Amino acid sequence: MRETATTLLPTAKNEGITFDAIGMTYPDGTNAIDEASFSVGAGEFVTVVGPSGCGKSTLLRIASGLLEPSSGTVDIDRNHLGYVFQDPTLLPWRTVRQNVELLAELRHVPSAERSTLANDAIEMVGLSGFEEHYPRSLSGGMKMRASLARTLTLRPPVLLFDEPFGAVDEITREHLNDQTQALFGAEGFAALFITHSISEAVFMSTRVLVMSARPGRIVSEFEVPFAYPRPPELRFDPEFAALSGLISKDLRGAHE
Amino acid sequence: MTGVGQDERTAAADTGATDDAPITVVTTRAVRRRGESWTSRVVPPAVLGAALIGLWYFITYLVLDEGRRFLMRPPHDVLQVGFFEWDNLKEMLDALLVTSRVALIGLAISIVLGMLVAVAMSQTRTVERAVFPFMVMLQAIPILAITPLIGFWFKYGTNSRVIVCVIISLFPIIVNTLFGLQSAERDMHDLFTLQHAGRLTRLRKLMFPAALPAIFAGMRISAGLSVIGAIVGDFFFGQGTPGIGQQLRKHASQLNGEQLFATVIVSCLLGVAVFLVFGWLQTLFTSKWHESTGRTR
Repeated sequence: MRETATTLLPTAKNEGITFDAIGMTYPDGTNAIDEASFSVGAGEFVTVVGPSGCGKSTLLRIASGLLEPSSGTVDIDRNHLGYVFQDPTLLPWRTVRQNVELLAELRHVPSAERSTLANDAIEMVGLSGFEEHYPRSLSGGMKMRASLARTLTLRPPVLLFDEPFGAVDEITREHLNDQTQALFGAEGFAALFITHSISEAVFMSTRVLVMSARPGRIVSEFEVPFAYPRPPELRFDPEFAALSGLISKDLRGAHE
Repeated sequence: MTGVGQDERTAAADTGATDDAPITVVTTRAVRRRGESWTSRVVPPAVLGAALIGLWYFITYLVLDEGRRFLMRPPHDVLQVGFFEWDNLKEMLDALLVTSRVALIGLAISIVLGMLVAVAMSQTRTVERAVFPFMVMLQAIPILAITPLIGFWFKYGTNSRVIVCVIISLFPIIVNTLFGLQSAERDMHDLFTLQHAGRLTRLRKLMFPAALPAIFAGMRISAGLSVIGAIVGDFFFGQGTPGIGQQLRKHASQLNGEQLFATVIVSCLLGVAVFLVFGWLQTLFTSKWHESTGRTR
């Protein structure tokens, strides 16, 4: 699998993200991020949890280059970046397959190769058989999986997730979490994930960062010791519960 | 997707159609969407239509006394004189041909010009700001006042009638296309930005497909307006090859009630026909994916 990635994305030089003293104040004076410095290395799955509106998503927009920070620098290879949006953002006039092929198409990947990449990605997220469906006929969870498949086609070494499973029901979310951590276990990309669900964060991540309310600041950091692939039952493990409790306590503190 | 083709054929057969005529498919799609039978769609308008014709008879024979009956001739006289007398019918059809031609040329120009202007406006904020007030003014022009002027400037042939037609039908195309081009969500634009998509790629693969439903909505409005525009020009010029407008004026001045009604009916039908064609095109291009048209699963 990584063979494809290296032929497709030959110049991946820095397989991670480093935020150095990032600050963000919007033109209207809103101070979204006070000061954030942390890094996500290759093979790391880092999740940022924090109260709503604390600037978590702003971090991703800055990392991806969609937004210029007011201060500080980000070290990231923006040509080899995957971004999973909060909404599935599928183009409604394209079928699942055409949607999944979009990024490769925009990168001028030849059509035969594109179709192989799309097939692989669709299979990875378990959407085989729905290739010719239009988004309107898919459930929320399936749309999100199609969106995930689209991001995976280019095999980005760095993946940014902007609270992607926030709008689906609990069972679908856990299922998507299972799949995401399995993909991470198998592919070993560097991931920066944003959520306000603690169990989602603990279940998938190697590291969890807690962000304070606006203006956002990283207030604490937790290593998650469990090995991959992680079984669904991990969610009922006492150690899992204990760690979630600690993070929850910090998060409550972060609200003040 | 073979299943869909199957459905369409079955549905077409249900309505008694002998072939896979696309129009039939469109109708049956709409029927399936609302879960209603074919009759429950046709009967209500038919009943209302019959009631209106009844009202017409009522006014002709019971409201108007015999001396004033020329004001509203009964429906069967309109049919008889307006449609079944060959000379009258031929005169009307010739005029219809002239007017249809003007309307279609005008509409085609409006569509091309309107879409080009909207694309230009969507690409640059400055162009949008510069052009928009004049677009609104164009739409607010009292067309009756400038129509004679257009006649003086461009003579009374096809050209000036087309110009009147374009002035009337251009605005909805521009406004709807622009609205449609701006309707793609920010996240979708971000998606393209992250892949370093160029302006043209973004327009072709994101903004234009997103705009299609709105563009068709604009075309349907403009289609009706283009027929009105083609008639208005002709009506006011009162010169050159006679179209529907001159026919209307002639029959009105000569109190040919039957032919006047017949001509009005025919011009309505022309408007309806153009409207339906664009509705059909809209379904053809957007029903598979867009919410407002076609079936839901």
